[in-house]
Amino acid sequence: MPKDGSEVRLDGQGNPLWLLLELTYRCPLKCAWCNNPLDFDHYRNELTTEEWMRVMREGRELGALQLGLSGGEPMMRRDVETLVAEASRLGYYTNLITSGIGLDSDRLQALKDTGLNQIQLSIQSCDEALNDELVGTRAFEVKLDVARRIKAHGFPMVLNVPVCRQNIDQAPKILAMAEELSVDYLEFANLQYYNWAMLNREELLPSRAQLQRAEVDVRAARQRLGKRMTIYFVVPDYYDGRPKACMNGWGSIHFTIAPDGTALPCQEARVIKGLAFPSVRNASLEWIWKDSPTFNLFRGEAWMKEPCRTCSDRTRDFGGCRCQAFMLTGDASNPDPACSLSPHHYVVREAVAEANAPGRWPRPLVRRQAGAITTAFAGE
Amino acid sequence: MADETRVQIEERYEIHPQFLFRWEPSQEAYVLLYPEGIVKLNQTAGEILRRCTGRMSVSDLIADLKAMFPEADADMDRSVRAFLEAANAKGWVRSKA
Repeated sequence: MPKDGSEVRLDGQGNPLWLLLELTYRCPLKCAWCNNPLDFDHYRNELTTEEWMRVMREGRELGALQLGLSGGEPMMRRDVETLVAEASRLGYYTNLITSGIGLDSDRLQALKDTGLNQIQLSIQSCDEALNDELVGTRAFEVKLDVARRIKAHGFPMVLNVPVCRQNIDQAPKILAMAEELSVDYLEFANLQYYNWAMLNREELLPSRAQLQRAEVDVRAARQRLGKRMTIYFVVPDYYDGRPKACMNGWGSIHFTIAPDGTALPCQEARVIKGLAFPSVRNASLEWIWKDSPTFNLFRGEAWMKEPCRTCSDRTRDFGGCRCQAFMLTGDASNPDPACSLSPHHYVVREAVAEANAPGRWPRPLVRRQAGAITTAFAGE
Repeated sequence: MADETRVQIEERYEIHPQFLFRWEPSQEAYVLLYPEGIVKLNQTAGEILRRCTGRMSVSDLIADLKAMFPEADADMDRSVRAFLEAANAKGWVRSKA
């Protein structure tokens, strides 16, 4: 193998590199692992086109290079093309993260014309019945059609497959489908257990044996396909014993703006109760990034507890995920319990054991839908 | 690892169309942008890729770099070709037929 030796590890030198705009929480799908808040339907005051434009300008001035347009389903907004045109003018690399619903040929062409760089399309199965059962609506045929048209328009395409117990055994067939669609990047996205995925965790978490089989399939496909398709597959932190280097550290390179203008160091950060997240409606991105107390809260190492504080991995994994630490231990400054060195690691081990217990009573999946649940008594 | 690379001096390389290569003032460096990814290039890598326009042969590219860095080591031919091979393996560049 040739050596590279020429890449320089990229950090933001204190500035954000990634700006993720969650344009809306509206979505035609009802995925049971959605990472939008459980009370997503309470957020009605989306930023206007002009406000998003200002966010993009200020983000670029801070040095952000990558722009993600996400949601919900971003195509629910009629101004995506306008925003992409402005993003291109500003010099972003623009990524559209979509379910494919609403991406008709006219809009696809308009996005091409306005300079969109790539499209990440989600698909949940290689099988229509399972796909549509998982998303709670008829979507599979639309997605396949959209995938073909994305390639026909010459976009690089990431096919994103959220991986759960229900679909992971289809890995070989999904790989074949991706190959047939000439996908450039296939991402087996092991679910991150926050919000709706957390609610359904016991039903969604795959078993270790399933993950190991899928890993073997992925390795074989990588050998076969070489440069033609890049395949991402990361073992979920629940099984890894090592915490993920979440967001490359809190307030390090990622900047997420929620539909209502709330500024977040990561999409899930609102699961941490008691933090005051600033809004782009009444503060500049520069102040939020550099000076707001919330973005500074878990920067550096002073906030860390043992064993993170003295751990040799702390500069690599930053103690893992703050949101997961809060959700599973009640304190966001605890070590991420996904880490085998965490005193709370038993919480993760128990969750894995429960999800895989023989004779377990299978519960129904709760689909993301307004009114499906109430958060009124959950301290939301 | 053998010293020879498969990169031939008469080949002409170009940036793979899936990658966006440009100067980024905030990083004071050339960067490669691709779906959800960023590579910041060091000066040498940036100067090599800047010349991968599909119009310049590898031998011209090397001559050009030697003119720009006259005090560079004598091994530049080999190291440029090794870099191009690595960049090709990563899919950043492709040889123009």
